[in-house]
Amino acid sequence: MSDVIVVGAGVVGAACAYYAARAGLDVTVIDRGPVAGGTTGSGEGNVLVSDKEPGPELELAVLSNRLWRELAGLGGFEFEPKGGLVVAETEEVRRQLTELAVKQDVEHTPVDGPALRDYEPHLAGGFAGGVFYPQDAQVQPMLAAATLLRRGADSFGHGTLRLRLGVRVTGFIRSGERVTGVRTSHGDVLGDAVVNAAGTWGGEVAALAGVELPILPRRGFILVTEPLREPLIRHKVYTAAYVTNVASDSAGLETSAVVEGTPAGTVLIGASRERVGFDRTTSVPVLARLAEQAVALFPALREVRAIRSYCGFRPYCPDHLPVIGADPRLPGLYHACGHEGAGIGLAPVTGHLLAQVLTGQRPDLDLHPFRPDRFAKEAS
Amino acid sequence: MTHDRVTYDLVVVGGGPAGVAGALTAALAGLRVALVDTGTRLGGQYFRHAAEPKPAPGLARFLRQGRALAARADVLLGHQVWNVSREPDGGLTVHCLTRRPAGERAVELRARRLLIATGAHDRPLPFPGWDLPGVLTAGGAQALLKGGGVLAGRRVVVSGTGPFLLPAAAGLAAAGARVLGVYEANGGLGLARHPLLALGKAGEAAGYTATLARHRVPYLTRRAVIAAHGEREVEAVTLARLDRDWNVLSSRVVACDTVAVGYGFVPQIELGTQLGCRTRADVDGSPVIDVDAAQRTSVPGVWAAGEPAGVGGWRLAELEGRIAGRAIAADHRADHRADQRADHHTGHPADPPPVFARRRERWRAFGAALQRAYPVKPGWQGWLRDDTLVCRCEEVPLARVREAQAMGATDARAVKLLARPGMGWCQGRICGYAVSCLAGEPPQEPRRPVAQPVTLGALASLTHPQTPATPQDPGDDPAH
Repeated sequence: MSDVIVVGAGVVGAACAYYAARAGLDVTVIDRGPVAGGTTGSGEGNVLVSDKEPGPELELAVLSNRLWRELAGLGGFEFEPKGGLVVAETEEVRRQLTELAVKQDVEHTPVDGPALRDYEPHLAGGFAGGVFYPQDAQVQPMLAAATLLRRGADSFGHGTLRLRLGVRVTGFIRSGERVTGVRTSHGDVLGDAVVNAAGTWGGEVAALAGVELPILPRRGFILVTEPLREPLIRHKVYTAAYVTNVASDSAGLETSAVVEGTPAGTVLIGASRERVGFDRTTSVPVLARLAEQAVALFPALREVRAIRSYCGFRPYCPDHLPVIGADPRLPGLYHACGHEGAGIGLAPVTGHLLAQVLTGQRPDLDLHPFRPDRFAKEAS
Repeated sequence: MTHDRVTYDLVVVGGGPAGVAGALTAALAGLRVALVDTGTRLGGQYFRHAAEPKPAPGLARFLRQGRALAARADVLLGHQVWNVSREPDGGLTVHCLTRRPAGERAVELRARRLLIATGAHDRPLPFPGWDLPGVLTAGGAQALLKGGGVLAGRRVVVSGTGPFLLPAAAGLAAAGARVLGVYEANGGLGLARHPLLALGKAGEAAGYTATLARHRVPYLTRRAVIAAHGEREVEAVTLARLDRDWNVLSSRVVACDTVAVGYGFVPQIELGTQLGCRTRADVDGSPVIDVDAAQRTSVPGVWAAGEPAGVGGWRLAELEGRIAGRAIAADHRADHRADQRADHHTGHPADPPPVFARRRERWRAFGAALQRAYPVKPGWQGWLRDDTLVCRCEEVPLARVREAQAMGATDARAVKLLARPGMGWCQGRICGYAVSCLAGEPPQEPRRPVAQPVTLGALASLTHPQTPATPQDPGDDPAH
């Protein structure tokens, strides 16, 4: 019998488990696959404040950014506080970017056109300028998730955090109106609270509990280059179009290059967005557009080889906000999913706030915008 | 980028015995055919040959087929296929790269049908020191020889499992290398006991054995190289006597400068998995493309022949290529019959003639018998030390793999995500089998949407309007 059962061993589930264990709760984490086998294992590792419109998600991002810096002290995974550089093709876009940065009220530095090369010496010429966000960072999400689970198990008392991998949740156990555990492929697991941290599959887990959560997959491809001998790209670099694409509701294909180096020497090139279900078929036109946009930012990449590509499915909610908190429709059920492309960045704050809710504390941020039943109300 | 406005009736990927036989059969039936291969000459791994080829079993026949094909089809050498995609109109696009002094160029071929004849590559196993210069795969050593390279004067140890060690060692000895021995990790008797040995391989094997005897090369079973030693390159190896499961019974150190190892083959099926072809487990558990009696895959318009459909050697590969070529030609005719029924795609594929089918069954049984006689036994994992590199591209030692498993990586993909084996240049072609074994699962289907490295410039050129040109046109610019 655990205090909390977390369904999902991705980075969000790992953070929920870690903060719950730190708060003194006994936690069991269940995943049908391995650690970080879903969307966590197919992302870029973005920890961004720069791409968030002012509002509740930005508040999450700012607090989460601070928490990531604390967690990085645990060691065991790469965390690079490299900063993000958003570049503008035209003077008009540069002005809009600068205005957005002021409204966001996060640490930033406006950069004029000629000064861009001080940040990125290999950047193509002709950009009107941009904004540098020093808080933007990069994390290796798979190792981060695994480390949080291990530290959660090691640091707060023996047996506090149990990991059940290769175990599929098949249903919920109720006692009266309350959730008291889950049925699994490997028997029943009892717990006073169940946290749905199943990411893109969060809607399916919610359905097992009889509640609706409109989470849809939004596919993204990433191109990975051969390792470079000399680092070519210092920061996370992307064009202003990325910000508008993130906030877009379109089901059609959108691409906006996000380019960055990794400690392994490879360059990662994202990001495409399209809603095509769980289709893994590689789209050469998407890869071609990503390559074109990356080369437009860094012409030196033209001769660099892409050696692999992978795709993942962001958990997309209609209003682009995650679902965090207790489900008023079913006592004992909590959600921590639907973070779309920001799950890596927002994992710590999600775990932190949920641990506060689970232990009866007042959460540091208002969870009202993230309430699980908001979609049903909108529909009626 | 160039784009041939022609839509081929058939594009064949792979210029080995399966691909050439399939392409030739279809071309003789009147189909418009292109064959694409990475090499500078047709041949694949088995029939790789120098500009002035030396006689080898089956080679004269293969070269004759190659000449006949060149007269009837577009043979595009020096072209690497990195992706095959289904287009919205139902056709296929074969994405190739060709390297010129001026740079890399993207070439797109349009095809109504595809024959996957991409062969297989060597399957090495890791051991301490296998990352030293001087350690080669048996196939790699042979490729050097066949391509015209020389290894004369070197002291070579050949180790691994399977009958392929014999031609590799015989070739090295004939080229003037001092082959200290062929060390077969399995018992080696399984094959000789098999009645199918009488099928014809016996003569070939006898030839290799004679070569080895002439050069006084010992062939010893239940032995293997379990470590290579040296400062900057191989100076010596540890040779071990093994039990049935390949656990070490005793060992000694032998001075040498070259080690050629091979533990069977990995079929190259990634073009099939890109298209969603159903796979099945081969005798040794490796995924291969599932085909029907006519070599047709589960994906309409896509056939597979040779090792990608199951490891069985060059004779089986050629036969499967011919069967596929006939079925493809029948499919083409059905498409062009004026009175065709709309449902011909769902109809039964043209079955191969009985004489082909019977021979294919015999060779398949032979291939399966070989795989059963020369399995990889789990004892090799005991040869590794904590610091032995499992993945050479990303320099991942065994200890990091074990750590990833302790952290919740319960399958090979999760081990890759946490510890990086298979993320490098070769995309797990070298280490994938070993990592699967270490993760305790059979090898999984490869996910390689970018099957060959492609420059971002060539990739970006695919977004531009397509410029008509023939793929053979030597004068066109690189990516424009």
